[in-house]
Amino acid sequence: MPRTLMKGNEVIGAAAIRAGCRAFFGYPITPQTELPEYMAAQLPKVGGVFVQAESEIAAINMVYGASGSGARVMTSSSSPGIALKQEGISYIAGAELPCVIVNVMRGGPGLGGIQPSQSDYFQATRGGGNGDYRLLVYAPASLQELADLVQIAFDKADYYRNPVMVLADGMLGQMMEPVEFRDDLPRMELPAKDFAATGTMGERAPRVINSLYLKPEELEEHIHRLFAKYEAMKVNEPLVETVGLEGAEIVVVAYGTTARIVRSAMATLAEEGIHIGLIRPITLFPYPMGVFETLPDSVRQLLVVEMSMGQMIDDVRIANEGRLPISFVGRTGGMVPTPALVAERVRELLGATAVGGATEGSGATAYQGVGTGSTTGGAR
Amino acid sequence: MRTEKCILAGFGGQGIMLMGQLLAQAALDDGLEVSWLPSYGPEMRGGTANCSVIISPEPIPSPVIAHDATSLIVMNLPSMEKFVPDVVPGGFVLVNSSLIEEKVTRSHVEAIYVPCNEIAQELGNAKMTNMVMMGAFVEVTKCVRPESVLGALEHKLGERKAHLMDGNRAAFARGAECAVAARA
Repeated sequence: MPRTLMKGNEVIGAAAIRAGCRAFFGYPITPQTELPEYMAAQLPKVGGVFVQAESEIAAINMVYGASGSGARVMTSSSSPGIALKQEGISYIAGAELPCVIVNVMRGGPGLGGIQPSQSDYFQATRGGGNGDYRLLVYAPASLQELADLVQIAFDKADYYRNPVMVLADGMLGQMMEPVEFRDDLPRMELPAKDFAATGTMGERAPRVINSLYLKPEELEEHIHRLFAKYEAMKVNEPLVETVGLEGAEIVVVAYGTTARIVRSAMATLAEEGIHIGLIRPITLFPYPMGVFETLPDSVRQLLVVEMSMGQMIDDVRIANEGRLPISFVGRTGGMVPTPALVAERVRELLGATAVGGATEGSGATAYQGVGTGSTTGGAR
Repeated sequence: MRTEKCILAGFGGQGIMLMGQLLAQAALDDGLEVSWLPSYGPEMRGGTANCSVIISPEPIPSPVIAHDATSLIVMNLPSMEKFVPDVVPGGFVLVNSSLIEEKVTRSHVEAIYVPCNEIAQELGNAKMTNMVMMGAFVEVTKCVRPESVLGALEHKLGERKAHLMDGNRAAFARGAECAVAARA
């Protein structure tokens, strides 16, 4: 298929329809509104259902219902809207139903702003809803990857019978890039949807979709079943891109569009003869822990870069297991870090004899890995 | 070719976003990599509008132009004041001199003045102002083929508005001529 120039939000819609999504429930919010707009125009053409719900809460519960009837279903919103959906997401995870949820992140907390952000990392990976559950979380960095991962997300949701989140940001939603809808994406062998409430026709026992277990023994057993799935995800699903790790003293960890800004910084630094590496997690849950265990000996420190105050640092620290010192630089609130800011921080770290000290106005904070023997170790 | 990093800026309604999209589509049709990033926010007709287009033979890392624009199109005065400092030395600044009387005061950039509104009006359609500028821009930067831009516009207009192509072709050509004359 030829490459076409599309806007990120529309890419998500087109990819979903290609993946067989035939039901969308949502509510407008900047910077993702072009997505419901696209679905409103396109879903009826393929016999699908589009509803602009009265609220985000209504929309996610429509997703719950549609998924319970066996439909391939999606909802999308931006940060505060995703916050509203959390109750429904927890219920859907509890009831073991598949769906795809797209968050085109903007600055928070609260209503925050409308410019790009990555400050919903905790919300996506730790669960904003109640209870013992996890979401499979994809973090694309380009519109091509967005097109691919949205399609893959539907299969994964069905396979695990669990909500899958695609975590984008305002930049990815609003920008245009050439995209090719590939025919060679990996497709999974999927189980029959024998949970779907489609009417018994008087010929079988009713199927009950519920997340309520009043007997704690049963709830515990149910949760253990959920966690067996999450453990399987940890084995089978981590995705990561690494660039130039060999020979690098500093390895940057960044995801989504921020990783692209880091790539620009890498090019600038390379011109100065400074070689840095990049770890770009593509799944945020499960986090690609393994890559941190096999870093080359040249790597002396890690630098996390995010459009937030550093929410991914927790996962980097877990993956790092105290081996290397960890620093951070980023912008937040809708401000986008520049390659120059990242490059400057790298030069600073290479020049510094000890890791430490915050750069004023850049949101930069130094973090020391646990167990390095430093007195500031583990400071947060 | 070098990587072209172009900021296009003006006020809402001047066809800034469309200019950027035509440029991006032309680059794609020329077999190049491209990204188009709009400013977004509580925008409105008459408010400021800008977008960033990066064109390169290589995959594009950051889609953000951060003080390293190789070219700038300014369609109104506030845009010129805001974005001229973002152009790298040796870069181009294309100024819509119909609406901007001021000159670019910065050194080490090449300013090209194009009376876009006047030319478009002369040709009988004020809405072609942006295509005049596109003609000048492509002539100066040569980052895409002129036919590719016109082809992208033809596709965008579709059959229903195909009759507008002749006027736009003329506008594009006049913009290019104006740029040649300005640099002679």
